[in-house]
Amino acid sequence: MTTLRVALLHLRVGAMKDLQYRVNFALQILQSLLTIAVGLIVFQLVFSYTAELNGWTHSELIALLGVQAVMAGVIHSVIQPNMMRLTEDVREGKLDYALTKPVDAQMLVSVREVQLWQAVDIVTGGVLIGIALVQLGGDVGLVDAVAFGAALALGAVLLYCFWLVLATGSFWVIQMWFLPELFEGIFQTGRWPVGIYPDWLRFGITFLVPIAFAVTVPAEVVTSRLDWQTLTFAALFTVAAFVVSRRFWRYGLRSYTGASA
Amino acid sequence: MSSVSAVAPLRQESRLRSLADFYWTTIRLAVVEQFQYRAATYMYILGMVAEPVIYLVVWSTIADQSGGSVNGLTAGQFAAYYIVWTLVRTMNIVFTPYGWEWRIREGQLSGQLLRPLHPIHYDIAFFAGGKIPWLLYYLPIAGVLAIIFDPTFDVRPAELAVFAVAIWGAYLIRTFNQTAVGLVTFWTTRVGALFSLYSVLELLLSGRLVPLSLMPGWVQSIAWVLPFRWTFYFPIEALVGNLSDAQLLAGLGMQVLWMLIGIGVFSLVWRHAIRRYTAVGN
Repeated sequence: MTTLRVALLHLRVGAMKDLQYRVNFALQILQSLLTIAVGLIVFQLVFSYTAELNGWTHSELIALLGVQAVMAGVIHSVIQPNMMRLTEDVREGKLDYALTKPVDAQMLVSVREVQLWQAVDIVTGGVLIGIALVQLGGDVGLVDAVAFGAALALGAVLLYCFWLVLATGSFWVIQMWFLPELFEGIFQTGRWPVGIYPDWLRFGITFLVPIAFAVTVPAEVVTSRLDWQTLTFAALFTVAAFVVSRRFWRYGLRSYTGASA
Repeated sequence: MSSVSAVAPLRQESRLRSLADFYWTTIRLAVVEQFQYRAATYMYILGMVAEPVIYLVVWSTIADQSGGSVNGLTAGQFAAYYIVWTLVRTMNIVFTPYGWEWRIREGQLSGQLLRPLHPIHYDIAFFAGGKIPWLLYYLPIAGVLAIIFDPTFDVRPAELAVFAVAIWGAYLIRTFNQTAVGLVTFWTTRVGALFSLYSVLELLLSGRLVPLSLMPGWVQSIAWVLPFRWTFYFPIEALVGNLSDAQLLAGLGMQVLWMLIGIGVFSLVWRHAIRRYTAVGN
């Protein structure tokens, strides 16, 4: 309980810090709208040459883009800032400050930074999903809504686990500045249905980098092509990923040599 | 007296020669620096390669679905386009407007202004030097991509020669354009909004997103009179397309034109901008 309270408090302070900089909010809205606009223009181009892509229609791809934007918002506002701070703290020997606190260290290193305005993507992504749903015209029942929420939550946790594994690498590797670029590049694959990729790449972005689970599975719920087996499997995979990444984090922690201590 | 006469020749060193010396030293420095963190740099490049691979997969899928080609482009031609794309993208890496924002906002520029040389010389030399290691890093990636995606190449010697010149033309045009955008920081302190708009225009009108021939006709007309296509689509087309000798030369001519315009705009903005410099940080 204390753990949860501390986490929420950290997140609130982080959000308040960002609230001071209102211009950044306007900038982020612009950035988010431009990204979405480019995405939609590409779809427009694609569907001027074909009626469907690997069985996905225009509206369904808009839903997929929406889910990708929501996930991008979650990653950029909470996950990535914390994980990058973790790598910096390890390099500079400042992790001691987190390790010596009487709460779970993994929790603490995961909530210290919040970039609130990046969450604008969550809103624009949500709007896109809404537009796609109206276009698709199907009625969304309560069960679908719950399944969608669950799929999104599972996806967010999976991406967090993946980032934690990457950031834990900083206990052995000093130079980690490339992480955001590398992740961003791979994450862009999520804008398209995983089915279009060659087998080796599809395997990679499903199990090594869990983008297929994080983006495609929620989008499959929206476009009503999901079966319960996939969602159950995603849930099991998420639990496994959480356990493994936590173990790995603890294992990495043993290699930590605080330079400032 | 003898010590004075020993110093004198140093002062008479020609301007051109010292400039060449400066470029050579800076380029060597950049090469060494880019070879320093090989693994990290490679990871960065791998992240960059994702973008063309995604475009390539999407358009090959469409080509396969619609009986082998989209608007005359086959999957093999898309592969060739996006593999060369990666090389051109590497050549197009220049000092970003965010770098200028940092220099100006943090007052880093003060020190550079004290030197007897315009700071842009350093940027041009340093990023040009960085190309050498990056091209070496790029070769194995291009090889792997070629094995996976099986590109169609049909290159004439003239095309290769024009390509080799055009990628450097593209580099210089982009340097001047992006520096001009970066200099706006002198007025605004933040460059993010302007640069985002600029980047989206470039993305759409340069051939980076899709080969320009897939764009609607009116977009292609707009692209023709803007600099972006001459830094991206033209070098790629020079190598993988079927341009005639006249078209190749015309493209190089357009590059020269845009380079001159770029230098003009940059010099004009610089003259007005530098008067506003207040070294916010120092």
